[in-house]
Amino acid sequence: MTDGALPALATEHPAVTTLRRLLAMPQAALGVVVIVLTVLAALLAPWIVPVDPEEMDFDNLLSGISAEHWLGSDQMGRDTLARLIVGAQVALMVSIGAVGLGVALGVPLGLASVHFRGFVDDVIMRVMDALVVFPSLLIAVGLAAAMGGSLVTVIVAIGLANVPWMARVVRSQGLTVRELDYVAAAQAGGMSNVRIIVRHILPNSVAPVIVQATLGMGYAVLTEAALGFIGVGIQPPTPTWGNMLQQAFPMLDQQPLLSVVPGLAIFLLVLAFNFVGDALRDILDPRLKGVVDA
Amino acid sequence: MLEVEGLKMHFPIRAGVFGGVVGHVHAVDGVSFDVGEGETVGLVGESGCGKTTVGRSVLRLLKPTAGRIRLEGEDITHLGNRALRSHRRRMQIIFQDPFSSLDPRMKARDIVGELLDVRGVARGAERDERVEALFERVGLRRDQLSNYPHEFSGGQRQRLGIARALSLNPRLIVCDEPVSALDVSIQAQVINLLMDLKRELSLSYLFIAHDLAVVEHISDRVAVMYLGRIVEFARAKDLFENPQHPYTESLLAAVPSTDPGRRQRRRLLQGDVPSPINRPSGCHFHPRCPYATEQCREEDPQLKPVAEGHLAACHLR
Repeated sequence: MTDGALPALATEHPAVTTLRRLLAMPQAALGVVVIVLTVLAALLAPWIVPVDPEEMDFDNLLSGISAEHWLGSDQMGRDTLARLIVGAQVALMVSIGAVGLGVALGVPLGLASVHFRGFVDDVIMRVMDALVVFPSLLIAVGLAAAMGGSLVTVIVAIGLANVPWMARVVRSQGLTVRELDYVAAAQAGGMSNVRIIVRHILPNSVAPVIVQATLGMGYAVLTEAALGFIGVGIQPPTPTWGNMLQQAFPMLDQQPLLSVVPGLAIFLLVLAFNFVGDALRDILDPRLKGVVDA
Repeated sequence: MLEVEGLKMHFPIRAGVFGGVVGHVHAVDGVSFDVGEGETVGLVGESGCGKTTVGRSVLRLLKPTAGRIRLEGEDITHLGNRALRSHRRRMQIIFQDPFSSLDPRMKARDIVGELLDVRGVARGAERDERVEALFERVGLRRDQLSNYPHEFSGGQRQRLGIARALSLNPRLIVCDEPVSALDVSIQAQVINLLMDLKRELSLSYLFIAHDLAVVEHISDRVAVMYLGRIVEFARAKDLFENPQHPYTESLLAAVPSTDPGRRQRRRLLQGDVPSPINRPSGCHFHPRCPYATEQCREEDPQLKPVAEGHLAACHLR
């Protein structure tokens, strides 16, 4: 009698299982810690920022680590720690906004490809291919030239670069799911195609989207920094990790700490997103190992 | 109940930059049969002979290339999705693979109740009641209602699939190898469940399988398919006791037997099923047939009566 009852398992929400497995992986756990710390710093900024990030302390220019400025100050005497925390807010807004835009546009496009197939699929995918060819840096430079560098242009630029990846991931997963028997069962039961896509294909295609989104967050942080560094991103005085680096660069031989702090922050956060993304990929979709890359 | 006439399902093979059609897979090539009220018709054949395609065409999950499908007298061959909807309550399907046939992200209760929701058959408490009744009917426990598919065993999953198929009170169920993925001990339980359900609900089955023992047990009539065509169609008893087509003969010879006398008369089939893209000339079976003659190589045999209620497509009969 192998058809008997299975031992009663506590039914755990799949998200809880995923989180538990994530924290069991050392790299992923490290990534989660870094991300959580960054998020906390950004959320609690109004209470934990020591001084106004734009306030200039002319008595302490380019100071190193000191009692007044824990992480030093820049050439105008602004507190690096304060700027770092405000910069974290910007980094997270950019990555969430850009990935959100990528998901909001890419997922429906991918599902449309799955639904309509044929000609529509070809058109959507060729447009996506064309979009991949444009690096987000180029889009950002163009947008910044047209509209001026701001939070919105940076989010739009990086977000657009995310769209084709999301669309591709959803499409490829959706095409696989569409051939499964439970979709045929739904069809045989008289469910409309749109309903099948919403109820069956979309929920079973989210795993690779989550992976892609996490990796995309890291990529967004990096791109924002690059945009800030070449001067087409969010403009000073708003501190971002990218423009902090840019302003620190000329001072590299006088006060290396000024470059090290935002550089390290970018490095750690990007690494954290990549660690978590890789781990999520291994947990959620082992078949994708080595396939999805930001 | 169900009449199928000259059903053809050809899949184009596209190749090259412009996706030109370079050939066709003749998955189903002129199949005719019928399933009576309360009858079980077995459909057997080797992998790739087109039996699953027949099942899916009957349900109109595929659009046939040619032929006619009538359900309770109504032609459903060319109906669009919307028009098909009302007919789809009357026919359902049970799948071979108990893993891919259930949405892994849905709870058992929603898998079984989904079609009730969607079709607006029952809502709220009434729906839950019907789901529970279906659960019990197929031999699952109420406390499993909130479980996910991965928490069930293979046999239980198949029961879930059966409960879903029953939810809209169908008249005809296409069983697409419903037990071939299960352990032998569980196969018998599922077969018995299917037979009980048939009796109680006076269902008709189109029972697709490659296991002749299972088909013999459950079917009233059996159709044998080879390379997209039916080569023999007869009452189960006649077909198993007195096979008329050499292909049926060799299939029966491959069934393990407890009768030592029967074992010696075995004549096992040589070679593989030919490609449905470039099929042999004449009788498609002739390259593997021990009795093939010149006529078989050149002329395509038609399905014709060889005895009362017994059709076979062979020149030698």
